[in-house]
Amino acid sequence: MNQLVISGSPHINGSESVKKIMYTVVIAMIPALLVSIYFFGFQVLRVLAVSVIACVLFEWLIQKFIIKGPLTVNDGSAVVSGMLLAFNISSTVPTLMVIAGAFVTIAVAKMSFGGLGKNPFNPALVGRVFMLISFPVEMTSWPKPVPIFKSELIDALTGPTPLAVVKEGLDSGLTIDQILASGSVPSVFEALIGNTSGALGEISAMALLLGGIFMVIRKVIDWQIPVTIFVTVYVFAGIFHWIDPAYYMTPEFHLISGGLVLGAVFMATDMVTSPMSMSGKIVFAVGIGLITIIIRMWGAYPEGISFAILIMNAFVPLINKAFKPKRFGVVKK
Amino acid sequence: MNAVKTFSRGGVHPEENKFSSRKSIREIPLPLQAIIPLGQNLGAPAKPIVKKGDIVKVGQLIGQGEAFISSNIHSPYSGFVTKIDDVLDASGYRRPAIFIQVDGDVWEETIDRSETLETEIKLNRKAIIDRIKSSGIVGLGGATFPTHVKLIIPEEKKVEALLINAVECEPYLTCDEALMLSKGEEIFVGIKILMKAVDTQRAVIGIERNKPEVIEYFDTIAKKYPEIEVQPLKVKYPQGGEKQLIKAVVNKEVPSGKLPLEVGCVVINVGSAFAVYEAVQKNKPLIDRIVTVTGKSIAEPSNFKVRFGVPTQTLIEAVGGLPHDSAKIISGGPMMGKAIASPEIPIVKGSSGVLVMKETESHRKTEQNCIRCAKCTVVCPMGLEPYLLSKVSKLEKYDMAETENILDCMECGSCVYTCPAKIPLLDYIRTGKFKVSQIIRSRN
Repeated sequence: MNQLVISGSPHINGSESVKKIMYTVVIAMIPALLVSIYFFGFQVLRVLAVSVIACVLFEWLIQKFIIKGPLTVNDGSAVVSGMLLAFNISSTVPTLMVIAGAFVTIAVAKMSFGGLGKNPFNPALVGRVFMLISFPVEMTSWPKPVPIFKSELIDALTGPTPLAVVKEGLDSGLTIDQILASGSVPSVFEALIGNTSGALGEISAMALLLGGIFMVIRKVIDWQIPVTIFVTVYVFAGIFHWIDPAYYMTPEFHLISGGLVLGAVFMATDMVTSPMSMSGKIVFAVGIGLITIIIRMWGAYPEGISFAILIMNAFVPLINKAFKPKRFGVVKK
Repeated sequence: MNAVKTFSRGGVHPEENKFSSRKSIREIPLPLQAIIPLGQNLGAPAKPIVKKGDIVKVGQLIGQGEAFISSNIHSPYSGFVTKIDDVLDASGYRRPAIFIQVDGDVWEETIDRSETLETEIKLNRKAIIDRIKSSGIVGLGGATFPTHVKLIIPEEKKVEALLINAVECEPYLTCDEALMLSKGEEIFVGIKILMKAVDTQRAVIGIERNKPEVIEYFDTIAKKYPEIEVQPLKVKYPQGGEKQLIKAVVNKEVPSGKLPLEVGCVVINVGSAFAVYEAVQKNKPLIDRIVTVTGKSIAEPSNFKVRFGVPTQTLIEAVGGLPHDSAKIISGGPMMGKAIASPEIPIVKGSSGVLVMKETESHRKTEQNCIRCAKCTVVCPMGLEPYLLSKVSKLEKYDMAETENILDCMECGSCVYTCPAKIPLLDYIRTGKFKVSQIIRSRN
């Protein structure tokens, strides 16, 4: 020992690390991924692999040749973004389009702002919305769920998501009862396990919740965000359903349909793009719940959670200013 | 027994690593030469009242605390003064100290060196406070705030409870535990003296429940003292912080910028309570303390009774020497202790522990981007936003740092401990606090 190390206190660190947090999210996505492979087959793995590899590669290239700073691509955040992008799109999207989405996710939504931690918007959602606008046909054609052991018997079919079925039905003047009678809207149970059309990672509410519980236990997300979104959606959709059940779907349907659970558990809880204080997180989550239902009921798109999260992402700096943690020993005047 | 309590906001639970727990107190031989720093307390350093060549006895006043917040220094040794010179101390600065060539062990005759327990409190309120002041007693938890200053209660204030801080929430440290297991009866008398000094009918000893033997032992002593309660606390850092202890025990929040007296409390460290017993009942000034010497590679982690002025090195040798894989020596605990620049630095009133860290745990990890996880905000016991305070301090936006309550930060380090991106938040916040205090002072 030559020279003693001098540094300011504290002299010990907890076991938390950025990498650990990122790979916890990766592990939490596995149940939903398995359900997706079960219903949509190995196309899921193609989209996932392309998205993850493209995200990691683009991040590495940008850090190496443009930013020329430290290479931090192994922190796992690009893997998470790649997986989330894949989770938000259909397993039938062509490879080149996935690569384009991954490019926007990493280059535009993440690295342009300075990389990990600096981006105001959820990168995977920016990528998804870019793809939705650029490739509207491919991004809204969804495979029908076919259990993997039966897939050889049935040719791949595509069909609308339950939310789209309801939206089109209502737009063409049908009532909720008539739409449900057509049989193309899955039951609550089917939607819970994932036997429904949709983006590859969003179909099984149960598998997503399982991942969410894992993340809550590992303290990677706060349960208050998803729960507040669920309660807001349930109450807000419930009020309209109660007023006019012929025109508004049940609140249960809204909870388990589309990307709500995926968005609430995996996207709205993104540390980088959500508020810092608990009160701020609640406000943020209520906003997401309300905007989601507004878009679903009266907007042009059948699904609204992606836009809702991006809109609330934009409010985060203001929310952080307005909603501070309760200071110890400070009484508000 | 009281139900287990704790403070409500924030906090962390680092690995306790109390290797020297339940170990009896060891003593070391007197050194040949001792260095007694004159600044051993928070506030102004003492003025030397001896000069080169003077012969001193154990317990003799050698440094006079003159300012309002200052404290006396007594010689822990007999011998003669070789010089008064600047010496590197734990703060990292060179500051004046008295060098003593130790010769024999001759004590001031007025000091009662017997082990007999003196329970009868003869001094009156004012005499107690004067004795505590003249004996140079400071907060022995590490903050070293002069104890007598805390005991001067303004006319309009009433002390509802005296809280005894026996939390010892710093990992590794066991000096308070060792003292409590060996000097329980004396500590209770010390508490009675303090109760008399601040004129209160209630005292509560807060102890984290990782010290069950102490709680059990104190419960038996407390049967003789119905006005003194033993309060077990959940193990959570920084419960030994004054404001956190008050919140945990009496569930009151000390207002920002105010003293504990604002909510009717006075908080005294348990080691200081024992020092009060010795000063008032035995006429012995503060010349020694219990020091934990520990570390993951240390052969025999131990608790020592040490007279001030011994080089840190001597204690490390007494526990088996400095291991080859060592790279950092901390004065105090791992959360709030100071890394010292040299093993020669003397043990002083504030030295609760000597923690030797291995090379592998001595260096900071690479700082990454903030991922805005808000964990720092969640663990901050003061309800602050460390990520924000650190950022505005870095950007030198001191007016904003002030309005975001930067001065409420007590530098407990929970934010840095928990940060997954390993950002040295507290380095920036310390700078910010310093600048903001400067700005506030210049305003008045």
